[in-house]
Amino acid sequence: MVLELPAPPAGRASRIRWTLTDGVTLVWRNLIQLKSQPGELVGALIFPAIMIVLFGYVFGSAIKVPGGGNYREFLMPGLFAMTTFTSLMTTLLAVATDASKGVMDRFRSMPMARSAVPFGQVGGDIIIGMAGMVILVGCGFAVGWRIHHGVMSALAAFGLLLLLRYALSWAGVFLGLLVKNEETADQMLPLIFPVSMLSNSFVPTAGMPAWLRTVSDWNPVSALVAACRGLFGNPGVPSGHVALPLQHPVAATLLWSAALLAIFVPLSVRRYRTLNR
Amino acid sequence: MMSSESAVWAEGLRKRFGRTEALRGVDLEVPKGSVFGLLGPNGAGKTTAVRILSTLTLPDAGQARVAGYDVVRDADEVRYRIGLAGQHASMDEKLSGRDNLRLFGRLYHLPPKVARARADELLTRFGLADAGDRFVRTYSGGMRRRIDLISSLITAPPVLFLDEPTTGLDPRSRGEIWDTIRELVADGTTVLLTTQYLDEADQLADRIAVVDTGRVIASGTPDELKAEIGSRLDVVVADARDLPGAATVLARIGEPDTDPETRRVSVPVGGGSSTTLPAVVLELDRAGVAVEDVALRRPTLDEVFLRLTGKTDEKVSI
Repeated sequence: MVLELPAPPAGRASRIRWTLTDGVTLVWRNLIQLKSQPGELVGALIFPAIMIVLFGYVFGSAIKVPGGGNYREFLMPGLFAMTTFTSLMTTLLAVATDASKGVMDRFRSMPMARSAVPFGQVGGDIIIGMAGMVILVGCGFAVGWRIHHGVMSALAAFGLLLLLRYALSWAGVFLGLLVKNEETADQMLPLIFPVSMLSNSFVPTAGMPAWLRTVSDWNPVSALVAACRGLFGNPGVPSGHVALPLQHPVAATLLWSAALLAIFVPLSVRRYRTLNR
Repeated sequence: MMSSESAVWAEGLRKRFGRTEALRGVDLEVPKGSVFGLLGPNGAGKTTAVRILSTLTLPDAGQARVAGYDVVRDADEVRYRIGLAGQHASMDEKLSGRDNLRLFGRLYHLPPKVARARADELLTRFGLADAGDRFVRTYSGGMRRRIDLISSLITAPPVLFLDEPTTGLDPRSRGEIWDTIRELVADGTTVLLTTQYLDEADQLADRIAVVDTGRVIASGTPDELKAEIGSRLDVVVADARDLPGAATVLARIGEPDTDPETRRVSVPVGGGSSTTLPAVVLELDRAGVAVEDVALRRPTLDEVFLRLTGKTDEKVSI
């Protein structure tokens, strides 16, 4: 068999087309990886249901929502935000695994677009994240969570969730390229729980000690959750004297996303290019 | 100067990682269609040299051309013409062997259909068609190396870099990898391999460069390297009490090494050694030494290697 290999791209346009093609190929790779881990897939489907039962019914029975309202309606935006933040860890783990197993080296010995690898990674994560979100929304509807402020503002909320997810997975790519070790990355995974718990996700922050409350209120998770509660019309929107990010949660979430992207996109692409140089 | 027949050519390659000087001026030339072995202990700089030649690492100084293209300036051109199989199997463990090959084919910008056909063709040719649909993480060590080697062949590259292709494999799997490499060479592929195993270099390589502490300390064909340290004449005496007598006779040829344990006296011999053998036997007989065995022995590559890397202050050149 005679193989005809395409020439490397000459102009800017064909270079961009190359980057896109390679990015799509790597997204495809991320998706067909799921074939090998049906267990993980099932786990990912069951996990939100477990969280809803655990928090919605076990802890929720003892928690009073400020301003009144259904705790499970209060809870769902918190769970949306929590799954959003896991993307940081899943991309971190995937990238660190590629780097430690030598897959990254093979990619780098190929005539592919340099930035396609990180783009493919975060692209795959977004698609998987959207599928997870659909399941979580289904579970939420089943336990009485509702969208109260119309489709447009609900779409805005999902848009915010996806945007921050995208930004966080870039941070994951960079950290993955930094640790370059599957075991280290594995050990970092549980850290995501305290980060998402130290917020307004599951309980109102008003009852926390002052210093802890400050930490929680400034946690980007809290801004995201507050923005979602506002846009979906769910209970628990803070009123009166609250921390600055929670007075303008949508703007705060946008700012957090922009800052993360501005820092980690260039850092990741640069780090990937110069890996082991 | 680089000859047009060189598949790999490098001059004065230097690379420093922090305080460690991994390469301290390496020159290499690999003729097209040959197998070149980079031999050296761990940390000698073999892997760094391969990483530079395969465009993964930039050299601090020096130049290198692979398949006619500069590894720094024309990296993408080089990448289309090389295959790389690393020390650590660089496959996606969460994909099947076949999906891995398809993925790599598509990343070489082959159309999806061609990438799929090429994956099937390679799996069939190298006897992995049955295992192709299993996830790579279920593969044995030997199969992993083979699929790794195969995935470096997707574009049928003219130059192949194999970084310790058989380290950690059992003898049977090593044999299988060797057979595959020989097959590729028969097709005209140029192979540059690094190894710590001297028999591997002896078996496969047309030429060898011995690397130690970031420098090429000797190079040549395996035979040339062996000739460099010369052959030895071994005499085994029947009775250990005859050892001093035998040593006295052999001292006329060179400095004898006596090993009472094996009742052996050994002496290095020069070029015209074959004519001395009957004379030595005659003299030993005259001295009244009962000889059990006399043999002229060529050194193994192991001995060459130990001699070379044990005395790095002594420059060896061929």
